[in-house]
Amino acid sequence: MSDAAPKKTPLYEEHVRLGAKMIPFGDWIMPVQYSGIMDEHQAVRNNVGVFDISHMGQLVAKGTASAGWLNEMLTNNVEKLEVGSGQYTFLLNERGGIIDDLIVYRTAPEEFLLVVNASRADEDFAWLERHLAGAASGQLKNRSADFGGVAIQGPRVVDLFHALLGDDVDLPARNHIAESKMDGMDLAIGRTGYTGEDGVEVFFSANDAANFWNTVLKKGEQFGIKPCGLGARDTLRLEMCYPLNGSDLSPEHNPIEAGLGFFVDLKKPEFVGREVLVQAKESGTTDRLVAFRMKGKGPPPRPHYPVWLAGEQIGEATSGTLSPSLNQGIGMAYLPTQHARVGTEIEIEIRGQKFPAVVEKKPLYKKS
Amino acid sequence: MNVPDDLLYTESHEWIKREGENIRVGITDHAQAELTDVVYVELPKVGAKAEARGQIAVVESVKAASDIYAPVKGTVVEANAALEGNPALINTDPFGEGWIFVLKVDSPDDVKQLKDAAAYRAQIG
Repeated sequence: MSDAAPKKTPLYEEHVRLGAKMIPFGDWIMPVQYSGIMDEHQAVRNNVGVFDISHMGQLVAKGTASAGWLNEMLTNNVEKLEVGSGQYTFLLNERGGIIDDLIVYRTAPEEFLLVVNASRADEDFAWLERHLAGAASGQLKNRSADFGGVAIQGPRVVDLFHALLGDDVDLPARNHIAESKMDGMDLAIGRTGYTGEDGVEVFFSANDAANFWNTVLKKGEQFGIKPCGLGARDTLRLEMCYPLNGSDLSPEHNPIEAGLGFFVDLKKPEFVGREVLVQAKESGTTDRLVAFRMKGKGPPPRPHYPVWLAGEQIGEATSGTLSPSLNQGIGMAYLPTQHARVGTEIEIEIRGQKFPAVVEKKPLYKKS
Repeated sequence: MNVPDDLLYTESHEWIKREGENIRVGITDHAQAELTDVVYVELPKVGAKAEARGQIAVVESVKAASDIYAPVKGTVVEANAALEGNPALINTDPFGEGWIFVLKVDSPDDVKQLKDAAAYRAQIG
């Protein structure tokens, strides 16, 4: 965190007006909750919720060399993307460590939109720019400051969009992005999210942010919409075991250790970090990111709580919370691979006392 | 925010109700609203010695764990077991069913140092 004044999203005034509790989040000041984390969490699981994600970074790569160049920068294979589709992927350093996790969309035959973590946007941009050499016809732009964005998540998202755009307008398919117009506002709608529910992430000009947000809240009333903060975003994503960069992902760990090898295409001849990942895939990794659930009643686990097994500390939690859906403590931790099997009984140390927990299959929450 | 006139208060948002030589302690309406959904309470053990402003209990919301402090020096004589099954009582009835512990006070004069309702109201604005 820097000493500079916190950055405000174009929706800051709306959050304050709605009585949100605002907290520092990296360089930003963001809403952590409005009506309450439990209430907002349930709104997303049962109806629909809307989150400000304007702090997320948006980078655009253009040009004839952009696809080939991105394929050397990112782990997944952008050549597999047709226009209008996107994929989850990683930006790695030479040691295979994770700089960022992001979604890349192919928005035109020779144009890509990268939606990156707020805390890494500047770092990603600087890293990518440094690696532009040799791809002179590729162009990279950081358009983060000019755009706002919201995530709209929950089982009633389709109903809501029919109310917003008309019954004849279909949302793009899962992991696809499409342009649309609403009341004169240009929207880019990506069918994705960070909650485990059906949902979209919508991007628009920063000038349209308040208008779009308020229209969504008004039209969403009939579907039980709630504005949701970072608190519910964290409980929702952790129930799904979606990693949070800076907590579950870091330059000290690679995607294989994080259990996210699915988003790495080792068949590509070259990309930054490839050699380390090939090695990791062949000989296995010493650590593995596991999900765990507390047994019985007890205090919820938190990041950095020590993890024990048979009287030995074997790791520490990277994430932890009370799961509102399961009403139980849940978390994730990197554990030595020999202790990472589902069903392994572990203990979480909380204020000097050890509480029993068990390594579970991901995701921790499944819709019944 | 509700700040009952017949209670005393601490800087750290505990309320205190005098009951003979004992005090009953919980957290204020303001504190529960700031903490939001309480999901776990770590109660003090009966018989535990408490130092003035020493950490004695923990109240956890979804987002964070917060320490609760003993307002004065004393001995814990009761803890609210109902909070183990229903920690949300702290949100729904902070001054009633949501009490956390009862302390037998070492020196009754210590209680006189605590804030009255007007002073606490001024503190929370």
